[in-house]
Amino acid sequence: MPDSEVFKIKFMPLKKKKSEKTKIDVILESSRRDFLKKVGIVGAASVAAGAAVYSGYRFEKAKNNEDTIKVLTEDNKLVEIPRDQVKDYKPGLKVYQTRGREGIKGKKWVMVIDLSRCRNARKCVNACQDAHHLRPYEYHINTLVMQESANTPEYFMPKPCQHCDNPPCVSVCPVDATFKRQDGIVLIDNERCIGCRFCMAACPYSARMFHWQEPSATEADKDKEYNVELNVPQKKGTISKCLFSADRLREGLLPYCVSACPNGVFYFGDENENAVTNGTTKETVDLKELLKKNGGYRLMAELGTKPRVYYLPPKNRLFEFKKGPETEYKETT
Amino acid sequence: MTGQLLSSELYKKKVDLVSSDILKNVGISKGFIIWMAFLAIAFGACIFAYTIQLRKGLGVTGLRDITSWGMYIANFVFFVATSLVGMLISCVLGLAGASWIKPIGRIAEIIAVAFAAVAGLVIISDMGRPDRLTYLFIFGRVQSPILWDVSVVTTYFVLSLLLWFLPMIPDLAISKSRLADQPGFLKKAYELLSFKWVHHEAQYKILSQAVRILLILVIPTAFAIHTVTSWLFAVTPRAGWDSTIFGPYFVSGAFVSGTAAVIIAMYFFRETYNLRKYLTSDHFEKMGRVLILVSVLYMYFNLNEFLVPGYKLKALDAIHLRELFSGKYAVLFWGVQLFGLVIPVLLMLFRSIRKPFPMMMISIVMLAAAWFKRFMIVVPPQAHPFLPVQNFPAEWIVYKPTLIETLVTVASMLLVLIIITVLSKFFPVMPIWELAADETVKENKEM
Repeated sequence: MPDSEVFKIKFMPLKKKKSEKTKIDVILESSRRDFLKKVGIVGAASVAAGAAVYSGYRFEKAKNNEDTIKVLTEDNKLVEIPRDQVKDYKPGLKVYQTRGREGIKGKKWVMVIDLSRCRNARKCVNACQDAHHLRPYEYHINTLVMQESANTPEYFMPKPCQHCDNPPCVSVCPVDATFKRQDGIVLIDNERCIGCRFCMAACPYSARMFHWQEPSATEADKDKEYNVELNVPQKKGTISKCLFSADRLREGLLPYCVSACPNGVFYFGDENENAVTNGTTKETVDLKELLKKNGGYRLMAELGTKPRVYYLPPKNRLFEFKKGPETEYKETT
Repeated sequence: MTGQLLSSELYKKKVDLVSSDILKNVGISKGFIIWMAFLAIAFGACIFAYTIQLRKGLGVTGLRDITSWGMYIANFVFFVATSLVGMLISCVLGLAGASWIKPIGRIAEIIAVAFAAVAGLVIISDMGRPDRLTYLFIFGRVQSPILWDVSVVTTYFVLSLLLWFLPMIPDLAISKSRLADQPGFLKKAYELLSFKWVHHEAQYKILSQAVRILLILVIPTAFAIHTVTSWLFAVTPRAGWDSTIFGPYFVSGAFVSGTAAVIIAMYFFRETYNLRKYLTSDHFEKMGRVLILVSVLYMYFNLNEFLVPGYKLKALDAIHLRELFSGKYAVLFWGVQLFGLVIPVLLMLFRSIRKPFPMMMISIVMLAAAWFKRFMIVVPPQAHPFLPVQNFPAEWIVYKPTLIETLVTVASMLLVLIIITVLSKFFPVMPIWELAADETVKENKEM
């Protein structure tokens, strides 16, 4: 504010109109900092008040020039960047691909499926299909009616990808599109898959599906960045399968199917910690203890695929086995 | 080829004689134009079917998650199998000193080149993302049998092409001045491809050494292409594919379909190219014996492949074998075994059957059976995986090839015919210099 104005205010007439008063007040208000700047800290003012005013001045000054902010970079460096350059972080394809192939350090994911509790609610199937944008007959997880022999009882068996430690699908893939991560998850990179379907032929668990036609959500997902940990957007002419909800695990959440189950069928956790959490009760239990007490086993262990999914036998079931009406599935475009 | 033989008057006379017989079929004729136009139009129609598949995805085929490999893969196996005959005729019989194969050798190589080349294309038609074909070379992983297959089929194709082309260089040199009323581009091509060959003794010596090396190299390659192709199935744990004898089972089967294909081609060239003088009844008699031998060998591997698991009847093997022996595929399975192997072998034991026409008829039946046999190997083992097939649309459970799929498969067969036609119509279909030399030696002996 120029000095002449300050002068004017000093000699302002005592009688004034209401509107003028307001104006003068505003000028007075805004000129205070300017005045303080000129005379320094007035002796009468307390030191604290003065400091506050001074920092206020610093803030205002910075606003006029470069407004910077301190941020921590990915490689743990503290840097200062202009505030107006800050954008919300959205990982790009490259980040998704890199971290998706690396996996989550120090973890060995493991799933336990308690067959004595499964009553074919198929909530796991639906939650999975919703999350991965699949049609009702396209499965990452499917619940099957099983019967070993005529005299043994029927039971329901949810069947996700077994995330084998010796995965036949990964061995046969010609382009490294399907791979095994350090946290035990087997994933598919749909940006890489050439659609030869050798992995489908090699998988003894029929865990894989192929996009024979345009995926149902292609139109809706067309602006989304492809996330290898979610397989969304799904891509025509490539393979898809259960991912152990790698995207949820990265956020510290349980997989879609595990949290959707109303009957407490699924346990999920980290083998390194020897702890698994039930998706329904949220109870965390000792993995080895759980398997030991309930006679846990793995599907077709004789094939040497070393699955990361364990099953607890369908013993002592608290409910009748009810198959329910057969759903008829129709191919849709 | 000694210098003495090369400069002998008799040899020159024989070259004139043989080349006029062979070269009268070379070049563009009316029949050729009509035949090629037919092939091209039919091929174009079939390629249109493939464009539909490209646009809409593999869903236009009958393939689904349960049976995800079908007609295309069966056809691929059939093509690789049939191409193997180049090795059997030229190398195994050639290196063993069977001189009667000389007029047949180049026909066998044409078949090898055509089928091996198209086999590579057939596999592309089965890919969900053919636009990512280059990924095989950019991101290829050596642990995948697909990489092995791509490498050996390509190698075999190149070796077969060389085996077809190298011994033809002297022929091109002989022929280039004898293409009187043929189009200029053909003359230019002959001039270029004969590499200024001057028929020097030393040239023939180098050529024979080069061919000999190729003949030796192509044997392991040929065994590799079909063994590796069999491993695409045998490395999986599925009942019906999980077999340790799949390699020799496939190779022996390949000899059958390849020999049958060569006999059909021999008959065709003998009749339409007027080559009865060179492809004699005796050649069909001998090829008949070869076909009996390889068929019996194949029957032996069939016996092993079905009897041993059939004796044990492990749970999934039992389901698979029941489907083949008395189930959904019984008619096709027994039809293929009886008409494709047993009955032809029994018939061919009679000398009167080992004549050109009956041999051609038998070969057509055996070749068709060989195609369905590959279908039987590829498709049924997928219908019964380890875990039950549930909660799928009905059309996902049973594999039924569609029209589009069939047309794309027909396209590959038409392309084989186009390649065979071009190779046999623009170039001498038999080795002129070898036949001339043989006849010279024979007549010299008689004198």
